[in-house]
Amino acid sequence: MSGARTLATARRVLLQLRHDPRTIALMLLVPCVLETLLRLIYAHHRTTFDQAGGPLLAFFPLTTVFLVTSIALLRERATGTLERLLTTPLERLELLGGYALSFGLFATAQAIIVCALTLGPLGLHVQGPVAVLVVLAVCVALLGTGLGLLASAFARTEFQVVQFFPLAILPQLLLCGLIVARDRMPSALHAISDALPLSYAVDGMHHLSRQAGAGGAVIADIAIVLAFATGALVLGAATLRRQTD
Amino acid sequence: MTAPTVAPTRTDGPSGVSCVDAVRFERVTVKRGGRAVLRDVDVSFCAGRVTGLFGPSGSGKSTLIRAIAGVQSNVRGTVTVLGDRPGSMAVRRALGYMTQSASVYEDLTVAENVRYFAAIRGDQVGDVLERVQLSSHANQLVRNLSGGQRARVSLAAALVGRPRLLLLDEPTVGLDPLLRRDLWQLFGQLAGEGAALLVSSHVLDEARHCDEVILLRDGRIVAQLTPAELSARTGTDDLDEAFMRLIERR
Repeated sequence: MSGARTLATARRVLLQLRHDPRTIALMLLVPCVLETLLRLIYAHHRTTFDQAGGPLLAFFPLTTVFLVTSIALLRERATGTLERLLTTPLERLELLGGYALSFGLFATAQAIIVCALTLGPLGLHVQGPVAVLVVLAVCVALLGTGLGLLASAFARTEFQVVQFFPLAILPQLLLCGLIVARDRMPSALHAISDALPLSYAVDGMHHLSRQAGAGGAVIADIAIVLAFATGALVLGAATLRRQTD
Repeated sequence: MTAPTVAPTRTDGPSGVSCVDAVRFERVTVKRGGRAVLRDVDVSFCAGRVTGLFGPSGSGKSTLIRAIAGVQSNVRGTVTVLGDRPGSMAVRRALGYMTQSASVYEDLTVAENVRYFAAIRGDQVGDVLERVQLSSHANQLVRNLSGGQRARVSLAAALVGRPRLLLLDEPTVGLDPLLRRDLWQLFGQLAGEGAALLVSSHVLDEARHCDEVILLRDGRIVAQLTPAELSARTGTDDLDEAFMRLIERR
């Protein structure tokens, strides 16, 4: 592993984003708009907003980073830049490290902005430390990078890769405990939700909403999300084959 | 594919000049979708020369180049690159590869593209943008460039890091004649600096710029000779005509 090549790749990915200010604006503003909308919907049900607003903070980085990563890597595969990169000294893990680093940074910015709005003007009550909340959001972003990478391996076109979003992400949203608490689901569904990473991110957010300290439960949730993220990145690395037909 | 690490073999070049092999194919067959794209190819070429790879579209030029770059799957036989196996770290450090489509980032500027490819080779950008005559476009986004300009960004990205082996897949397609001449001059200079160059083209007229040419048709090597030998053997200076006569004779 070379830190220099990983950093150069992260810098390149961020530069690509910088030339696309509209995407940056969408990635940063859409979560704020949605949290505001949620606050307005629950104008008279403050406790419901407190229960749903927090977990959603963990959901945003997964969606934005999943979509951006899957399309960025699909483009790398389609335009031949991936083939070229694999003929240079750049190792596959360095390439992925660059993506994870740049989108991790981006997710940090996103989390800070949306948390500032949600915990400030919108008045969401969170008992746990905000820094832990941001860490959780960054781990979810890394998970989004890994899942997006995997999706890009199974898609040939941008149309296809966008269709992986409802397939890979929306079931997790339905089963993560946001709509119905996980322990009140039929046991089969509960078991499935145990196997999905977003469940742990949302559990972590629930714990942060209710507990003052960064309790052991939150740390465990973060560790599980990080393990899923690592697994997805390693699986994704395996899909970056040097030799193709 | 077997991958021995062997010492470079010395070969008598077509013009009788002995040289050290940069790349050697031994009985190489590549199948794609059940069809053989390269059939039992034995060929080698040397450092310090511009080797042209000529043949019609679909003759296997890109597959041959991709096999050297280490990105082609289903390669049977032995390919030796700079005494090593294709795709090894040693080869990747020494290789500059320009794919047939302009494989650069459209949403970056010319300078940002070249800087990135230099950074992952651990080298400086140097004068590559001057060499491909793009310094005046350094700060333009690649997506706003013409096809020919994009191809030159792609070429510049292959030239950074002073590679010892350059694989250029149709680098002169769509360029105006003046620029084509300048690029062939540049390839000659790079060979003079000691690099091995394999440059593919389907425009046979460009063979005159090469030190030697490999003619490929239907996945087989038709001939490997100097442009002068090609004319002498076929009795014509018209390279298109010469190519046809060679094929008809077989």
